[in-house]
Amino acid sequence: MVLGEWRAHPARVILAAAAIAIGVALGFAVYLVNRSALETFAKAIDTVSGTADLQVHSVTAAGFDEGLYPTLAQIPGVAAASPVVELNAHTAAGASLTVLGLDVLRAAAVTPGLVGQGAHSFDAQAAYLSQTAMTALSAKAGSPVTLTAAGHSAVFTVAGSLPGAGEDQAIVVIDIADAQWRFGLLGRLQRVDLKFGADTSTQAVQAAITRALPPDAQIVTQRQESHRSDALSRAYRVNLEMLAMVALMTGGFLVYSGQSLSVARRRPQFALLRVLGLSQRRLILQIVIEGAAVGLAGGIIGVAAGTGLATLALALFGGDLGGGYFQGARPHLAFAPGAGLVFLLLGLIAALAGALWPALQAARSRPAVALKNADLGIDPRRKPPLVAALVLLMIGGALAFAPPIGGLPLLGYGSMAAILAGGIALMPALARAILGPARRLAGDAPATRLAFDRLYGAPGQAAVALCGIVASVSLMAAMGIMVASFRGSVDDWLGQILPADLYMRLPDLEAGGFDPAAQDRLAHAPGVAAIEFRKVLKLRLAPDQPPAALNVVPIDPTAPQRALPLISAVSPLPAGETAVWASEPMARLYHLNPGQAVTVPLGGQPRRLYVRGIWRDYARQFGALAIGDTDYVHLTGDRFRSQVAVTLAPGADPLRTVAALRAVVPPDIVADMTFTESKSLRAMALKIFDRSFAVTYALEAIAIGIGLAGVAATFSAQTLARTREFGMLRHVGALKRQIVAMLALEGALLGAVGALAGLSLGAVLGQILIQVINPQSFNWSMDTRWPMGLLLSLFGVLVAASAGTAVLSGSRALSSSTIRAVREDW
Amino acid sequence: MRALLLALLLALAAPAVALAPAYAPVRPGVALIFPMDHGAHSAFRTEWWYVTGLLKTADGKDLGFQVTFFRSRTAADPANPSRFNPDQILFAHAALSDPAIGHLLHGQRIARQGFGLAHASTTDTDLVIDDWRLKRGANGVFSARAAGADFRLDLDLAPQQNVLLQGDHGYSRKGPNPAQASQYYSLPHLAVSGSVVRGGKRVAVTGEAWLDREWFSSLLDPTAVGWDWVGLNLDDGGTLMAFMIRDKAGKPIWNGGAIRSASGALTTLGKDDVAWGRARTWRSPRTQAAYPVERVVSVRSGGQWRRWTLRPLFDDQELDSRAAGGPVYWEGAVRTEGGRGYLELTGYAGPLKL
Repeated sequence: MVLGEWRAHPARVILAAAAIAIGVALGFAVYLVNRSALETFAKAIDTVSGTADLQVHSVTAAGFDEGLYPTLAQIPGVAAASPVVELNAHTAAGASLTVLGLDVLRAAAVTPGLVGQGAHSFDAQAAYLSQTAMTALSAKAGSPVTLTAAGHSAVFTVAGSLPGAGEDQAIVVIDIADAQWRFGLLGRLQRVDLKFGADTSTQAVQAAITRALPPDAQIVTQRQESHRSDALSRAYRVNLEMLAMVALMTGGFLVYSGQSLSVARRRPQFALLRVLGLSQRRLILQIVIEGAAVGLAGGIIGVAAGTGLATLALALFGGDLGGGYFQGARPHLAFAPGAGLVFLLLGLIAALAGALWPALQAARSRPAVALKNADLGIDPRRKPPLVAALVLLMIGGALAFAPPIGGLPLLGYGSMAAILAGGIALMPALARAILGPARRLAGDAPATRLAFDRLYGAPGQAAVALCGIVASVSLMAAMGIMVASFRGSVDDWLGQILPADLYMRLPDLEAGGFDPAAQDRLAHAPGVAAIEFRKVLKLRLAPDQPPAALNVVPIDPTAPQRALPLISAVSPLPAGETAVWASEPMARLYHLNPGQAVTVPLGGQPRRLYVRGIWRDYARQFGALAIGDTDYVHLTGDRFRSQVAVTLAPGADPLRTVAALRAVVPPDIVADMTFTESKSLRAMALKIFDRSFAVTYALEAIAIGIGLAGVAATFSAQTLARTREFGMLRHVGALKRQIVAMLALEGALLGAVGALAGLSLGAVLGQILIQVINPQSFNWSMDTRWPMGLLLSLFGVLVAASAGTAVLSGSRALSSSTIRAVREDW
Repeated sequence: MRALLLALLLALAAPAVALAPAYAPVRPGVALIFPMDHGAHSAFRTEWWYVTGLLKTADGKDLGFQVTFFRSRTAADPANPSRFNPDQILFAHAALSDPAIGHLLHGQRIARQGFGLAHASTTDTDLVIDDWRLKRGANGVFSARAAGADFRLDLDLAPQQNVLLQGDHGYSRKGPNPAQASQYYSLPHLAVSGSVVRGGKRVAVTGEAWLDREWFSSLLDPTAVGWDWVGLNLDDGGTLMAFMIRDKAGKPIWNGGAIRSASGALTTLGKDDVAWGRARTWRSPRTQAAYPVERVVSVRSGGQWRRWTLRPLFDDQELDSRAAGGPVYWEGAVRTEGGRGYLELTGYAGPLKL
């Protein structure tokens, strides 16, 4: 019987299986990509840190005083200590690399994986390259490589390889003395890797090390390091995974509508079976097994397709799917059979859940009635159920106010799911509520009356057709509203933080840069009306958090809003305190409020800074502090700056001004300088923004496509089932044209109801995304914008698509002989 | 003359570009001044403080030991002001010969000079590499501290005799070219007291040791593959040192040595005053190298040839330092008629590259 049904309606079965398959494929692909990226990342950390038992890491990239190295080396229980200069470097061709300056004699005992293979010497030019670095630089032993880091360029000769460095990391190992000398870092270290004695108490040694550390250094264990990298992209990953689950959920709804219809149509068959002695339980089992078969097929195809998709995505976008989180490492696919099974099960569960409800309904109907009346069993007098829908909506509402769990908005997603399910359950009642008044206004044309009455009388049927599309439209709308709000807020923010015309910066630079003399020359270059010098430092404030940033900016204490996009009230500065301004993510991550003090290592000392206000920042998800230029100089004496904002004099030509600025910069750093006009900087930022949401859009579009296909399939099924009704209408004198018009109107009405429901549900879900999910995942807020264009076109597309499919399937139904259709019945 | 594991050091020091620093050359007629010359001579390419000796434990067991510090000047750019400048590399090696164990226990340390973690004083013997140390105290007594994974040496070495200047007042030739030479002096008959830890157990030891001091910038003739060296503390208070630089065929390229009587009468041995005979070879089961571990050394002083038969404390005193980039050689405690000392055999497992 199942096979017969499937053979009769292959398209519907294929569609339901495809929906499940797509959901499973997307979910599994996102999972695989993330896992591969994280594994690569974890391996990369292993590689860069070698096999040290413990690392002491500098809080800022400027490093700590090298005098810490002998202190650590002489702590009892420390068997070996390896000092490291760690730099981000790049080549003229733009390849970026990690440069490690090592004392090979020390590293051999602590991180042997970082000791190069090849002729060894203390020749200042010797560099050992990992395989990835060799490939990136297309270098081989003996070839020269020019590396630029910390504002200095130096030429090295490839002396050998780093076979222990793994495949995915672009690492260059040079001698520590050369690293200090040639990159201007004399006296500074970024890291000391430590190895403990075999019989020492790790805790006691760690305690002794902690006591010895200056404020600009901290202990980092392997575990913390990998937690940090996990934190880097966790929220982004979870969000993508949730989107994939949405696709799967849409698939579940499609199975539901498909099964509902086929069950409804087979009511007489089932009734006959019941009469012939089939038990209720066997009947449920029968229908559920049909759903399971669909789910299983979809799941298997989905896991296979997901693997392929992940491979493709890794090749095209890299491990972060365009999110920009993992740089340098190109991951290989890490296949996960266990997880594949889990996703297969998820697909199965979605299909089973979709099939269970129709199965229960079919089993509940009385065989005697069903056998006689082949109709779909609708009683227009019955009120659609409300209680379940309202309960679900209330649960959803309550969950929206719950706090994050483990830094993730899991309950926020729960809230969205509950509201979505509640909204769909509310559909029949909603359809009546909308159509009731509309019916009275619609006028008396027979086709119109028929269309309205049909939908009013059988809202449950309409809901079946619509649940898939309502789910996908509401999620699309929610996502659209969120992205529009986000993009709009980012655009405003960019306008606020990029007021100047021209920006120039030295890359990867924390130490060195433009000294006061160079700054003075730049300020007096022709074409420059106003100029500001800035600097950004990395701050490692908590060992298991990615580093935060310290922005050194000229801030007018009486008008801070001119330098920073403030979103809080400004707290007055008590006497004797130094002001600092926390970015919104900073405030959330480190629980800072205006009027609180925060201790930050600056110039090798802990400094108490007073938070005066919170500013909006979308650039650094892991927090940033802004400090006034004069305060920073006062605390550190550091007058070097690496970023410059230039306002052009009226009528000045940007290109000429750039040339004039170039001319006054010291020649050794001029090659490193990048100039960007404010306009293109803004365009670039928005381009990155759009790219990082591209995958999101793609997932959404797929969900919508599945939803629309579901509408088409359901409509054609319902229309075919109504052949007798049309025959009857023809007999009582309705013209074919009138019936088509009726169907078109019915479709349009259905589409309109679905779109309205979907869009209003989407507005609610969008607010949850904006107010709950985003602040909890990324620690930033945004102002709501309504993408009216997108919402209206969604509405239009849906109404048109519903009407179109209704007419198409209607004409097919009408083409069959009217007489025969009627005769069948009496 | 002693020098092992130098291959590693010299390989480290080998200039990859033609920027070799001007190493100070060894010249004859340079008077050694103490305690200054107990300290490091950082202008020269290579230098060592080489202590070997025999010990008796409190329960009467014989042990041999060796503690050596090497200093090597590399090709690193002296203009680099970084405190990590690898201009001077220090390396230390220690081995314990225990007949009850039947092979050498050994350990080593290597580090670039700096930060107080590795240091060689230029004013007196004061060497530090991490927890290892060789220091000459104000009373002239050297203290040596060294440890491997399974042993630890903590020894005081008290000089009983004057410094013995090898060669021509400390200028010791090693080959036909006068530049193939080193500055070389020895302190034989050092009275040893202290302790040895083996298997976690500390035992008090006494004994007699020998300190060799040598520094140079170029040493071996290109045709040389290795050398044989012996230093003996004779029971009557006398001292014998003899060496032979060998070529591929095992023939001597250069010979040298010195013999000093208990009363201090010194005879310097020339190229033709030393002869090495073979008595018994031992084949290493690990490297298949055949070492003449038991042999006769003959020296001519005052027109008379005198012979000593050297017998190893035990055969397997081979040291394989290839894992650390060093050579394979044999360095062992030996006994002879009326004396004890150390024998060193290099270049038997393959030519020694310096």
